[in-house]
Amino acid sequence: MIPSKFDYVKPASVDEAVRALVDAGEDAKILAGGQSLLPVLRLRLAAPSVIIDLGGIPELRSISEDGDRIAIGAMAPHHDVMRDGLVTQHVALLAQATATVADPQVRHRGTLGGALAHADPAGDLGAVALALEAEFVIVGTSGTRTVTAADFFVDYFTTAIGEGEILTQVRFPKYTGWVSHYEKFNRTAQAWSMCAVAAALKVDGGTISEARIGLTNMGTTPLRAPGVEAALVGQAATAEVVRAAAEHATEGTAAPSDADAAADYREHLARVLTGRAVLTAVG
Amino acid sequence: MTTTAEPTTLEFGKARTRKEDARLITGRSRYTDSITLPGMLHLVVVRSPLAHATITGVDKSAAEKAPGVFGVYTAADLGAEGIGLPCAWPITPDQKAPPRPLLASTTVSFAGEGVAVVVARTAGEAKDAAELVEVDYDPLDPILDMEAAAQDGAALVHPDLGTNVSATWVFDSAAAGTGDDVAAAISAAEADADSVVVRRRFRQQRLIPAFMEPRSVVVDPNGEQVTMWSSTQVPHILRTMTTVTTGIPESKLRVIAPDVGGGFGGKIGVVPEEMLTLLVAQKLHKPVKWTETRSESLLAAHHGRDQIQDLTITAKKDGTVTGLDVHLYADMGAYLGLVGPGVPVLGAFMFNAIYKIPAYKFTCTNVFTNKTLTDAYRGAGRPEATFAIERLMDELAVELGRDPLELRKQNWISHEEFPYTTVCGLTYDSGNYEQATDRAVELFDYAGLRREQEERRRNGDKVQLGIGISTFTEMCGLAPSRVLGSLAYGAGGWEAASIRMLATGKVEVITGASGHGQGHETAFSQIVADQLGVPFEDVEVLHGDTQISPKGLDTYGSRSLVVGGIAIVKAAEKVVAKAKKIAAHLLEASEDDIEFNAGQFTVKGTGQGKAIQEIAFAAFMAHDYPEDMEPSLDSDAVYDPENFSFPHGTHLAAMEVDTETGRVTLRHYVCVDDVGNVVNPLIVEGQVHGGLAQGIAQALFEEANYDDQGTLVNGTFVDYTLPSAADLPSFTTEHVSTPATSNPLGVKGVGEAGTIASTPAIVNGVIDALRHLGVKNVEMPCTSQRVWRAIQDARGTATQETPVDTHSPGAGLGSIDPNNPQGEIQ
Repeated sequence: MIPSKFDYVKPASVDEAVRALVDAGEDAKILAGGQSLLPVLRLRLAAPSVIIDLGGIPELRSISEDGDRIAIGAMAPHHDVMRDGLVTQHVALLAQATATVADPQVRHRGTLGGALAHADPAGDLGAVALALEAEFVIVGTSGTRTVTAADFFVDYFTTAIGEGEILTQVRFPKYTGWVSHYEKFNRTAQAWSMCAVAAALKVDGGTISEARIGLTNMGTTPLRAPGVEAALVGQAATAEVVRAAAEHATEGTAAPSDADAAADYREHLARVLTGRAVLTAVG
Repeated sequence: MTTTAEPTTLEFGKARTRKEDARLITGRSRYTDSITLPGMLHLVVVRSPLAHATITGVDKSAAEKAPGVFGVYTAADLGAEGIGLPCAWPITPDQKAPPRPLLASTTVSFAGEGVAVVVARTAGEAKDAAELVEVDYDPLDPILDMEAAAQDGAALVHPDLGTNVSATWVFDSAAAGTGDDVAAAISAAEADADSVVVRRRFRQQRLIPAFMEPRSVVVDPNGEQVTMWSSTQVPHILRTMTTVTTGIPESKLRVIAPDVGGGFGGKIGVVPEEMLTLLVAQKLHKPVKWTETRSESLLAAHHGRDQIQDLTITAKKDGTVTGLDVHLYADMGAYLGLVGPGVPVLGAFMFNAIYKIPAYKFTCTNVFTNKTLTDAYRGAGRPEATFAIERLMDELAVELGRDPLELRKQNWISHEEFPYTTVCGLTYDSGNYEQATDRAVELFDYAGLRREQEERRRNGDKVQLGIGISTFTEMCGLAPSRVLGSLAYGAGGWEAASIRMLATGKVEVITGASGHGQGHETAFSQIVADQLGVPFEDVEVLHGDTQISPKGLDTYGSRSLVVGGIAIVKAAEKVVAKAKKIAAHLLEASEDDIEFNAGQFTVKGTGQGKAIQEIAFAAFMAHDYPEDMEPSLDSDAVYDPENFSFPHGTHLAAMEVDTETGRVTLRHYVCVDDVGNVVNPLIVEGQVHGGLAQGIAQALFEEANYDDQGTLVNGTFVDYTLPSAADLPSFTTEHVSTPATSNPLGVKGVGEAGTIASTPAIVNGVIDALRHLGVKNVEMPCTSQRVWRAIQDARGTATQETPVDTHSPGAGLGSIDPNNPQGEIQ
């Protein structure tokens, strides 16, 4: 399958990339790992005039410790993220969720920043970024700004990244010592999530002191489940407590209905998977 | 015969790795799309997005002016308005078979039907220009429900036919004299307190063959013979049908099926694109290539299955089955495929399966709808039949309170009863259902799993265990030509082979069975190595080119080994007979005193002898050979089988069903198949594994869905969910053997076995896991949502199902934006 004609630019720095983006106007698309963009181009669902490939900017692949945060370059491939020692130690939930993305081929090409900027509500990493209160570093002609995860996801395939801006880094607070689990439910191993639940908990002496719950594919953006979080905090991590807390999972959600799962079934799944995610996390 | 040679020297039975794989997996392959000829143009088909519409105008002007474009053509422009692709299987004398146009001229009858073609210097330019062709449509109401379409007064797909029913085909064992009257059996059972009548309706969903290599055609009009390369299963049939369709003399056409990446029946057709590429190449006097995209393949290449089955089975309360009545609706799509109408007919003889059923009637109504055509898909009719009877045996067992395996055993043909003539009049030559079943039960630990199931039910476990059983047999090795003739099939079922002994002692084997991934080159080399006593490596198998292999009927219906392989044996026997004459002459002995063993011709009782390679060289030199023969060992054979072959097997599946989420997990799968003597166990295992994956996929994963406008909604591999290795466990496969008595190698077909047996085994297992909760049926594919709803319904806790947006996400998307359902990126 052959995409429509486009020009191709491979800048060597973020500044160059921003300039290229501004020059190209609104008809440009950023190419990160290409795992969503290329199929869309090949099906001619998109026909950008210019493709700006960020693959020539090595610093966007770096993963580093920055004080109390782990800073991950937007172009870090999933495979690197899930195996990185800093990530597995301090942001284990991200590593766990990333390991469930598609298949090894996709994980070698696809990137954290690309997946988050694409903002498909069925994608796995948005719920994790939201639950873990990540920060998004966005660079444009007027400089660099940082957006919280709560502000980053706006709607279907829509984020706070503006025209002429590029997502360069995602910064996660450290959750060292937390327990976590990503409970994913899909039709086949390689398929997108019908529904998934990201859970990270701080447990002190059998009592849950902090809880972060994120939901995948339960609305137009990734969602937090504050009702569940509130019901867990301060409680002992027992099956009964978790089951009762999980009943709050669908509060404030707007589950889509598609051929794989109508909304009522998705809501049921969200409750069941929330319980399982939390119980698996606390072991 | 091979079986008399030293076992250690035999190739037959050796688990050789496939000789063709080195080429195929290292890129030294030659697929149709890899062919690039000087001056070649590229063709793209403009397809209708609507299922049913009148074409009111085609504006080609913008496309014609686009860069690189050589031409934009409708059927009229190509003089193709009068050309229709014929159907080769008139199952009844009055079958309605409107010829399928190469391009729709006035009415489009399914979404994906071609309306025009664009020809350009590059494929990209052709695709760009195709988007500029403006077709105006007046939409018509699509006819989509096969059952409604078959009723009087339904809106019509082809109004001039006056009906949507293409044909109604009946087999009645009473009328055929092969059994009793089923209507009488049903009334008797209804009146008898000691009998039961079980009625069920099952749905065989529409599937997409999903071969790995999309279809591709290259036509070179230069030279005396026009050359057509096509990614097809059937190069010989394609040549003949191209002549029938376009009028090009058969002698002026050479068809080549180079390396072909799978077919599963999906490349058995003769398709408009092959004819269009030919017509355009002839018109422009230039080579032309058409290669479909994956989306085009899913949309417009033929689909499979799509039947509604209404079934009635009667039995005595002691378990003895007394009658089976089958009514089918089969969705043909908008036109008849090459053999599409015969697919349900191939199933008609298999509903009785391995069982002794005294009364049987089969009625099938083939129906037109505004959907993509259906035709053969791995198993073609026989998986559908096997599903029906194996699901029914489970249902009957529940009705009678019997163990489903015991009930099957009570009704099947025991091994002492072979050869056995069935209620359909087929004679099963050999088989031993007890042997295969006993071994499968042992490998599976049937009793242990039943205990675990009981325990889980007692404990009310969240995850319940189900045991799925299926036995199967099939008629394969298509086919005795006289039988095909009696079914009005448009060809015979023989196969051709030639063997050429080269001067240097190497051997070329030419087969008319055109392989496309099955391992023909390896298996046939093994057979010939034994027959001629030459090294395996010295045998080259040639196929798939009508100049090299002028005669053949190609590959489908598990026929290659049991028909094509036997033709090779017959040709080899002729080579040996000729070589023996020359050997006797050179060794100055009587032919009667020459013995042939392991490639050596020796004079009885002496040490004197000559190798077959020496004889081949002597024949080539031709300096000294008997006067009453030609100086050649080369031989041809055409083999027409006397009977089908009837492989069988017992398949057992341990299914875990999560009653909270509806998730179905296949924990363990055991199958023991009897495919007669095995040429290459590794190839057999590969065929069984692949077949199982496809059959399990029907049960759990695959379905081609249309929305209420007749749009295929899962038109990419994102939403047409094929399982990968990650979705399936390791299978336990074994084989037992009762050699076929109908052919000299004792072999039976294996290509479709796994697909046929696994679907009912899986679904029986899913329902068995949930039966105690009150679940009686789950339609295929048994998705988590369907299973969950079935449980909710059974518990009486069903909630109002939310309306579903039938648009499925596609491409790289996991979600649909309701404001932008087509997923266009702004």
